[in-house]
Amino acid sequence: MKALARIYIALIIFFLYAPVAVMIVFSFNSSSSVWVFEGFSLDWYTGLVSDTLMLNALEHTLIIAVMSAVISTVLGTAAAVGITAIRNKFSKKAIMSVTQIPMMNADIVTGISLMLLFIFIGKIIGLKESLGFFTVLIAHITFNLPYVILSVLPKLRQTNSNLREAALDLGCNPVQAFFKVIMPSISTGIITGFIMAFTLSLDDFVISYFTCGHYQTLPIIIYSMTKKSVKPDAYALSTIIFVAVFVLLILYNMIQTKNEKRKMPVRQV
Amino acid sequence: MKKISSVVVCVCMLLGLLLSGCGYQYADLDLRGEYTRDLEGTTLTVYNWGEYISDGSEDSMDINREFEKLTGIEVNYLTFESNETMYSQLKNGGVNYDIVVPSDYMIERMVKEDMLAELDMSKITNYDLIDSQYKNIFFDPDNKYSVPYSVGMVGIIYNSAQVGEIDHSWKVLWDEKYKDMTLNFNNPRDAFMTAQMILGQDVNTTNEADWEEAAELLKQGKANLQGYVMDEIYSKMETGEASIAPYYAGDYLTMLENNADLKFFYPEEGTNIFMDSVCVLKNAENYEAALMYINFLLEPDIATANAEYIGYASPNTAVINNEDYYYYQNPILYPAEDEMPEVQYFHDIDSETRKKYEMLWNDIKLY
Amino acid sequence: MNKKSFGSRLVAAPYIVWSAIFIIVPLILMIYFAFTDTDGGFTFANISEIGKYKTAFLISIVYAAAATVITLILAYPMAYFMTKLKISSQRMLMLIVMIPMWMNFLIRTYSWITILSNTGLINSFLGKLGIGPLKLMYNPGAVILGMVYDFIPYMILPIYSVMSKLDKSLLEAAEDLGSNAFTKFRRVIFPLTRPGIISGITMVFVPSVSTFYISQKLGGNKTMLIGDAIEYLFNLGPDYYNVASAISLLLMCIILVCLFIMNRFSDEDDGGVIV
Repeated sequence: MKALARIYIALIIFFLYAPVAVMIVFSFNSSSSVWVFEGFSLDWYTGLVSDTLMLNALEHTLIIAVMSAVISTVLGTAAAVGITAIRNKFSKKAIMSVTQIPMMNADIVTGISLMLLFIFIGKIIGLKESLGFFTVLIAHITFNLPYVILSVLPKLRQTNSNLREAALDLGCNPVQAFFKVIMPSISTGIITGFIMAFTLSLDDFVISYFTCGHYQTLPIIIYSMTKKSVKPDAYALSTIIFVAVFVLLILYNMIQTKNEKRKMPVRQV
Repeated sequence: MKKISSVVVCVCMLLGLLLSGCGYQYADLDLRGEYTRDLEGTTLTVYNWGEYISDGSEDSMDINREFEKLTGIEVNYLTFESNETMYSQLKNGGVNYDIVVPSDYMIERMVKEDMLAELDMSKITNYDLIDSQYKNIFFDPDNKYSVPYSVGMVGIIYNSAQVGEIDHSWKVLWDEKYKDMTLNFNNPRDAFMTAQMILGQDVNTTNEADWEEAAELLKQGKANLQGYVMDEIYSKMETGEASIAPYYAGDYLTMLENNADLKFFYPEEGTNIFMDSVCVLKNAENYEAALMYINFLLEPDIATANAEYIGYASPNTAVINNEDYYYYQNPILYPAEDEMPEVQYFHDIDSETRKKYEMLWNDIKLY
Repeated sequence: MNKKSFGSRLVAAPYIVWSAIFIIVPLILMIYFAFTDTDGGFTFANISEIGKYKTAFLISIVYAAAATVITLILAYPMAYFMTKLKISSQRMLMLIVMIPMWMNFLIRTYSWITILSNTGLINSFLGKLGIGPLKLMYNPGAVILGMVYDFIPYMILPIYSVMSKLDKSLLEAAEDLGSNAFTKFRRVIFPLTRPGIISGITMVFVPSVSTFYISQKLGGNKTMLIGDAIEYLFNLGPDYYNVASAISLLLMCIILVCLFIMNRFSDEDDGGVIV
């Protein structure tokens, strides 16, 4: 049974990583094909340096991901705090339902409806071009918000409301009470929300496709490449990103595991 | 935590290292026109077809960079994949550009809809290099809105190692011998053309029955195809994934570099000729820089490097008559008069007919 | 007291305004487009136009349903076996499942072409064994494979997270009461992991039914899914926005109905109710 389990897990991992492996291998191809491997070379990695199109797109992607994650984390955390304080069941439910729309809806519908809005507004105020940096940022914040809210809300629910009362009684103002008492207990939720927002934004293609104008992010560039002949340079960049993420996450995981082990005896005392 | 931050620092340093080196070698240009640096620091937005400019890859000249170095104008270069997507993006007001490079029929439509700016030809001093046969064409009879960029014809590319010699006809795409080995265009105008040629129709017909007949033929052919593609055709033909496909002659020459088995012909039923021209949009933010850019594209050195990279026929006499030009008197790009196939230009069709064929295409895809 | 909580409620205000403008208004605008012609006059023409797309809707739903079922069949044992491992390996595996999600899904889908195409890795390997090239691409199977591949992490993770929280004592109790493995699964494990399954199904079905990339690359552009149809129409220009909006609206309704049905099966009322 154990062996079977291991084989099954290995097979699924193989399935998940086969295309990733293909991508990594072909990023070292000496010819410009992503179909036939002709020999090892680092040309595509060194070539990235002068590929302004791709580097610009990477920069755009990172700017949008960081900004949208920060803004949606702040807005979303505030929203979660506010929603917890709402006593009226009906309005609470209404807000929660609206919050879930961007999560549940198909990306293509979200993207198109936002595009219609931006173009509509652009026409009203007479812009020459209505899509660009701000529209893609707004779109990303919009689809990130629910994930932040839904990761912070459960933590808030677990927080003992007396803590806040106590802090207020001891002379904190509400803002201080939030930062000194509530914030520490919901911080894991906030961090999870932030990471999710950042990730989703980094990888989003469909919604950006309809809202970015010529503020093209990396997935958009890659999409237009796959419409022609993808060259290994796109694979090279993806490989760099993959390795960076892989190393970071695995290290993070190892450190966490170690920390927990270290903490264990303390808890037992 | 320390470990994470040190990893982050390492990754950043690695990226920094990658970014600090610089690969491109500027060319030594011999220029005819006058270029000033008056517009230094401004941005010029160019919207062109994908893979349609020499961009520095594989040791070619990076035309945009050369222009940036010469004038100090930053070129924001973006690409589209069909006339229709370009048009729709401009039309909905989502984006705006300075320069676009549409094809003939789309220029006709954009002129009609007042989307293009008149060019100040006194600033485009290299315009005299354009071969007179490419001036005063139907879509721009007075040469007011466009400067020819490249010209070409559609033909059929086939892999002789896989299919041997084949009939020089569009019908090969329907031939069941080649089931799952053929491709067709993934855009309505070109795909319809392949059927219209077989049916002997005028490609600009406004008779609905004609379009329906052509659509019926395309539907019949769908099961025979491996797929509908645009520029993906490069990898499919070069690797032998597909064996027969219609495409633009210039692209065939590029593919030939990577697969010597590929051959090409212009079908006997006739074919489509197209001309892609550089235009400036009415809404352009940087009109003067756009004129300078167009003039720069016409420079003999630039135009030759570009024509060699793209592989399409050039309308520029400084290229055509240059004996060092890689495709000098190439029989596919510049067929002799008696070798010339029967050709038809696409014209802008009235919006009723256009909607008709766009919806027919939709039906074919849904079929 | 009242005043204090009023202050707390107020911090939700920016979000409420935001969601009104960027969630509600766009949907209203889409509905408006769906029921008007290009000049803005009210019409049902776009809705009746949808009839033409019924095959596209049907194919999309069938493909997405197939992909969802396959994903579930593959993911469930994976999640189950994962819970049998040491805690540290479990966490590591979870990361390994998640990491591909950080990679651009277009690139990952495109890589499949290298594997599946007529001249691809599988076929050239088979060719060496003397087995003729198999037709692995440009067919429905390839499109469904693409969907399964792209969205399987969204199935594994929720099922795993529910399963890892299962109370071991319940399983032991079932065994003590003489359940065999199958009954244990049917009566205890499956019902308890249902919330995970339900959220997995939604997270796979919704992106599958609306995708417009996978069919283009792996299906050779020959089958038009509903996402492809919407993309095609939007790319034709403003003249087609009305029809495209009507199709999008129907797609949204289908998704909402599916979610609603799914929610009926879920006994979790933890903010998970939509509509």
